[in-house]
Amino acid sequence: MSASRASDIDIRAYRPRSFFHNLGLRAFGVLAACGIAASAGAQMSPNTSNGYNLPVGVTEISRNIYDLHMEAFWICVLIAIVVFGAMIYSLVKFRKSQGAIPDTTMLHSTKVEIIWTIIPVLILVVVAIPAAELILKMEDMRNADLSVRVTGYQWKWQYQYMDAADGVNFFSTLKQDSNFARQLHSGIDPNSVKNYLLDVDHPMVVPSGTKVRIILTSQDVIHAWYVPDFGIKRSAVPGFINELWFKVDPGKEGIYRGQCAALCGRDHGFMPVVVDVRTPDDFKKWVDEQKAALKQASTPPADAPRSAQVLN
Amino acid sequence: MAHDLAHDTHADPHDHHGAPTGIKRWLFSTNHKDIGTMYLVFSLIMFFIGGSMAMVIRAELFQPGLQLVDPAFFNELTTMHALVMIFGAVMPAFVGLANWMVPLQLGAPDMALPRMNNLSFWILPFAFTLLLSTLFMPGGAPASGWTMYPPLVLQTGDAMPMLIFAVHLMGASSIMGAINVVVTIMNMRAPGMTLLKMPLFCWSWLITAYLLIAVMPVLAGAVTMLLTDHFFKTSFFNPAGGGDPLMFEHVFWFFGHPEVYIMILPAFGIISEILPTFSRKPLFGATSMIYAVASIAFLSFIVWGHHMFVDGMPMAAQLFFMMSTMLIAVPTGVKVFNWTATMWRGSLSFEPPMLFAIAFLFLFSIGGFSGLMLALTPVDFQYNNTYFVVAHFHYVLVPGAIFAIMGAVYYWLPKWTGHMYNMTLATWHFWMSAIFVNVLFFPQHFLGLAGMPRRIPDYAVQFTDWNMVSSIGGFVFGASQILFVIVIVQCVRGGKKASAEVWDGAMPTGLEWTLPSPPPFHSFTVAPEIK
Repeated sequence: MSASRASDIDIRAYRPRSFFHNLGLRAFGVLAACGIAASAGAQMSPNTSNGYNLPVGVTEISRNIYDLHMEAFWICVLIAIVVFGAMIYSLVKFRKSQGAIPDTTMLHSTKVEIIWTIIPVLILVVVAIPAAELILKMEDMRNADLSVRVTGYQWKWQYQYMDAADGVNFFSTLKQDSNFARQLHSGIDPNSVKNYLLDVDHPMVVPSGTKVRIILTSQDVIHAWYVPDFGIKRSAVPGFINELWFKVDPGKEGIYRGQCAALCGRDHGFMPVVVDVRTPDDFKKWVDEQKAALKQASTPPADAPRSAQVLN
Repeated sequence: MAHDLAHDTHADPHDHHGAPTGIKRWLFSTNHKDIGTMYLVFSLIMFFIGGSMAMVIRAELFQPGLQLVDPAFFNELTTMHALVMIFGAVMPAFVGLANWMVPLQLGAPDMALPRMNNLSFWILPFAFTLLLSTLFMPGGAPASGWTMYPPLVLQTGDAMPMLIFAVHLMGASSIMGAINVVVTIMNMRAPGMTLLKMPLFCWSWLITAYLLIAVMPVLAGAVTMLLTDHFFKTSFFNPAGGGDPLMFEHVFWFFGHPEVYIMILPAFGIISEILPTFSRKPLFGATSMIYAVASIAFLSFIVWGHHMFVDGMPMAAQLFFMMSTMLIAVPTGVKVFNWTATMWRGSLSFEPPMLFAIAFLFLFSIGGFSGLMLALTPVDFQYNNTYFVVAHFHYVLVPGAIFAIMGAVYYWLPKWTGHMYNMTLATWHFWMSAIFVNVLFFPQHFLGLAGMPRRIPDYAVQFTDWNMVSSIGGFVFGASQILFVIVIVQCVRGGKKASAEVWDGAMPTGLEWTLPSPPPFHSFTVAPEIK
């Protein structure tokens, strides 16, 4: 492929002159980029993941999940080294072309079968114990400080706050710039859109250091609410209420992005979950602002006739 | 059929009928070899159709942004890709192999129920014509995923009756085929062949057949409830009418989990045939291997909940399904160890069937590792419905089941046709497939861990690079399959004459190798004696 002049490579106003030309460039760069990015630890993920592993995340649960995942991963690597090692050894050492004679008396061994049944069972027990403990922890819905009712729709989320924030209620839809860019043949380069497909008009706002209980349902088909950095995912099933909780570590305020994780129709890929974690004080300020705005919206103007309908 | 203990292990040379000719030979066939061939040809065509859909999917996912297809059509593609590959490619291929090889390995003249065998096959082209025609209907093909969850699937348009009917037909075909296998194996083994002397491929099919008979009716029940909910105002799954969408998931996955074992157990049987031959050493622990397959089949009935961990399952159920799913790793591991022990201290040669069998061992095991990770419920909350799951099942199905099928074809093709095939081309096919299947699916583990959900046509830009690598792998892997077709077509047309043993110098055991290559139209008209 031909070299490009610097003026051709303006990523933000990228209009492909030649579809294949630019693809070819991009594709060639990818493998190199992968190597560089991998070694530089570049963030290739919309959450705190490094692009090829789970995120450690910002809750105790997400950290526990990460640790369990890594434990299982290393055990698998160890087993792979042993088993693949034996296979590779066989492939190298026992070749007919190198004159190997087959040991046709080697038919079975009850002793060996027992050993390689018991050892895997023991390994499984070792992994199952922390896993079971973590299940218990995740299922403990008691003593939540704040509850939020989340409802899935085709294709957006609705957040209805309860407890101290009762009354705050809004829909959260894919942000307009993403929505325009994602249309078929839009001509807009997704790289030019900030947080492409992962931004909404009204994110869910929650306080850090607070156990937030989500009560999850759907108005139409099955959706799923998923925030990788919190280590949570749960299906939103119509007619049913699912419960889950998360508690973001204090000091980890910020915006965390996830997506719908259950096929729900045409725009399943276009209904992100965005959570804005603020300090408890900032959260209270936000709640007060929301309530004030709602009050204003529902109060008719002072000089309106008394029979005017109250907007809700 | 006379079962006299004659010493003649070859077919009756005075076969006056010979093969019928023309279209009637195929349309009205009651011959297990012809029906097996038809299943295999059908499966290959379906593999390319499903594969083309995958190519479009990977082309759309090559870059972020939507370049090629509308999101609704993308969902149709993912749905149809899965339905075609599962019910049109993998399952019919295994049935085709069963049809060809079970009677030959048992020393039986044909399947027990030859006319039902014909019906079992011919249902399939009809069912798939129906299903594929929905792509051209207004409203398009079903787009709810092959898992057909309500309420989403109830939003399917004109394609709904086609989908349900096609699933029913495929199920009926599978059930009849399974009955045929069970009856053949239980009744038509050559005298002296006790069940424990039966080849592993037949054993794996016996167990698979029981799984099919047990669970295909469950799928039929599930889709019938979808049908009545959609057309006759029942409320099995409509919460407004008192129904429960999650009940569908339970019924579906009660079928669905054994289904995936239906798709892998015959593959295990194939590997157990190929490895000993090219290791020149008997299968290590053959009896253990049989018990392992039976344990896997039994356990497969009590793990279905692991597909539903995120649906709001009670804690006790989470714990139960986690442990039962982890347990399946034990007999599966036993099989991998036994295969390794078969190669250990053997005398290995690397013809194409052996190459595919070895690749199966490595790559299916990788799929097994990701499966073990998925079994851990708390971590599954991260993995579920992401590309990590997609990577897992594609590893066990593509370099798992499909490589076993290709290995089987390369193993038995000279027996079926009487010709050796182009080994060089077959070896090229192997290496291209084995390398690029990894380029295609390995990065999907990373995508899933990084948070990319599945069944989406477009993604956040940070997922671009691994998607691009995966798509490149997909294009090359897909293109390489053309080599497979070339090898097969060339072999059917001609080639160096194959002996009865075919793999001279290797150690193939089994009655099929006592017959000439190709075997006569009617083989084992006199039952062989097994000592």
